Amino acid sequence: MIEVAHLTKRYGAQTAVDDVSFRCTPGTVTGFLGPNGAGKSTTMRMICGLTPPTGGHATVAGRPYRQLPNPGREVGILLDASAQHPGRTGRETLTLAAKLLRVPTSRVGELLARVDLPAAAARKRVGDYSLGMRQRLGLAQALLGEPRALILDEPANGLDPEGIFWMRGLLRDFADRGGTVLLSSHLLREVEAVADRLVMIGNGRVVAQGAKDELLSGAGMRVRALDPAALRAALAAAGLATAPADGGAVLVDAAAEAVGRAAAAAGVVLLELQPGRARGLEEMFLSLTNGTTAPEGTAR
Amino acid sequence: MTVTAPVRDTAAVATPSFSPIPLWRLTAVELRKMADTRSGAWLLAIVGLLAAAVVTVLSLTADAPEFDFVGLLGPTVLPAAVLLPVLGVLSVTSEWSQRTTLTTYALVPRRIRVAAAKVLAALALAVLAYAACLAATAAALPFAGGSDPWHLPAAALGKAGLFLVVNVLLGVAFGMLLLNSALAIVLYFVLPIAWSILGEMVTALARPAQWLDLSVTSGLLLEPVMSGRDWARLGTSVAVWIVLPLVLGLVRVARREVK
Repeated sequence: MIEVAHLTKRYGAQTAVDDVSFRCTPGTVTGFLGPNGAGKSTTMRMICGLTPPTGGHATVAGRPYRQLPNPGREVGILLDASAQHPGRTGRETLTLAAKLLRVPTSRVGELLARVDLPAAAARKRVGDYSLGMRQRLGLAQALLGEPRALILDEPANGLDPEGIFWMRGLLRDFADRGGTVLLSSHLLREVEAVADRLVMIGNGRVVAQGAKDELLSGAGMRVRALDPAALRAALAAAGLATAPADGGAVLVDAAAEAVGRAAAAAGVVLLELQPGRARGLEEMFLSLTNGTTAPEGTAR
Repeated sequence: MTVTAPVRDTAAVATPSFSPIPLWRLTAVELRKMADTRSGAWLLAIVGLLAAAVVTVLSLTADAPEFDFVGLLGPTVLPAAVLLPVLGVLSVTSEWSQRTTLTTYALVPRRIRVAAAKVLAALALAVLAYAACLAATAAALPFAGGSDPWHLPAAALGKAGLFLVVNVLLGVAFGMLLLNSALAIVLYFVLPIAWSILGEMVTALARPAQWLDLSVTSGLLLEPVMSGRDWARLGTSVAVWIVLPLVLGLVRVARREVK
């Protein structure tokens, strides 16, 4: 259980995170989406007590993170896979955490196997690891204390497609057994495949959040006709609201049948009639991405 | 588009409570972290080799009657006193330069506890190194022994150990204040040189240096006798160069944002 209430972080005049609130419940995977620099990592660091918030608060398992007696047993954290000492071996890195968490060191071997880091790789120093191997090591470290929640920042970075597929399975399984997962990504597709809920953030503000299915179906139907003007007139006559989409199509907030009937009644030839779902969210996501990179001074 | 899902309060579900990580366990882990990196292992190996070399050379070449236990111990402790502080510096600064603070403070959010464990680990390191030096000296003594080699004055033995402790703590204090490996290590080595150069050039500094130059005042610990005034000089420089940086460093560490 992770709860975030009105978290805000300002650096001087710049607002990195602006009144962000959401909740992650046991048994779910929450995808924390946003373009680079949207404030995802800052939010996650505030949840973990690493960055002091300017306003608002966050709790994990009902308490502020810094008041958890042994946080590694409650929540597994992976905020940056490359933040490991390069002069330490992978196995030693896990052994240190195991000693702190007071879990038997035999668990180190179990977890190395679970994240597919062979014994030979575990004996190598982390400085010789690829980013994908560091992600696996970081995930093993997060899972070491048998936590009931996971907070992972861009865990799929550096993983190959097979590794991403493997990680999805692992997170899905973790949530299905009652765990709480919060994972961030700047790629909608990556999160869509595993998340139950989405929190989308841009310029430090939450722009959309909710159950994935609801968010994805919220965009209604996408329709394209031979004669776009006739289609708009027909839909307006049927009392259906429309919004323009790319390629001369329109988005209609109605069921497929209602759209089809309206078009048929007016004799409009349809070229395309499909759920606008993912596309709606994706367009929003893209506009966010553009919005954060285009105007100067508003970045982050 | 914002949908708030119905949320069940799960606080009612019995949650297992975990006991906090005891300080001794934290200290043991910090001690291990000093030795388990490539740089740490090399530094310790070099200290060991140098100490062994010093004790061997002295016992084989010295004028035999000159050396009693304490006389041989002093030089043997020197490599550790010069190089172990670097390990003390790195114990603090490498966490920030390698960004392992992200893990350390995620596992132990109470940063002052981590800092306390690092100080205790540095103390333990100094004690272990001192024990090794004692053993090496004892092993070499039969070959270097003077007329009364096994004369073991407790005060002298204690002061030699304290010499090592002061130096290692100096490293930790500099590391904590500066949170930067290169800066802290350079300053640690340059400061005594700066004192001696300035002390010679500026006569007005000669007197304060008697009280503030830690390399001079800690060197008193290796002298046969220390007066009350000598202890006051040592205490003053320890307060200025170890206690003050440690306190300021603790404030810095507690407040600094971890990225």
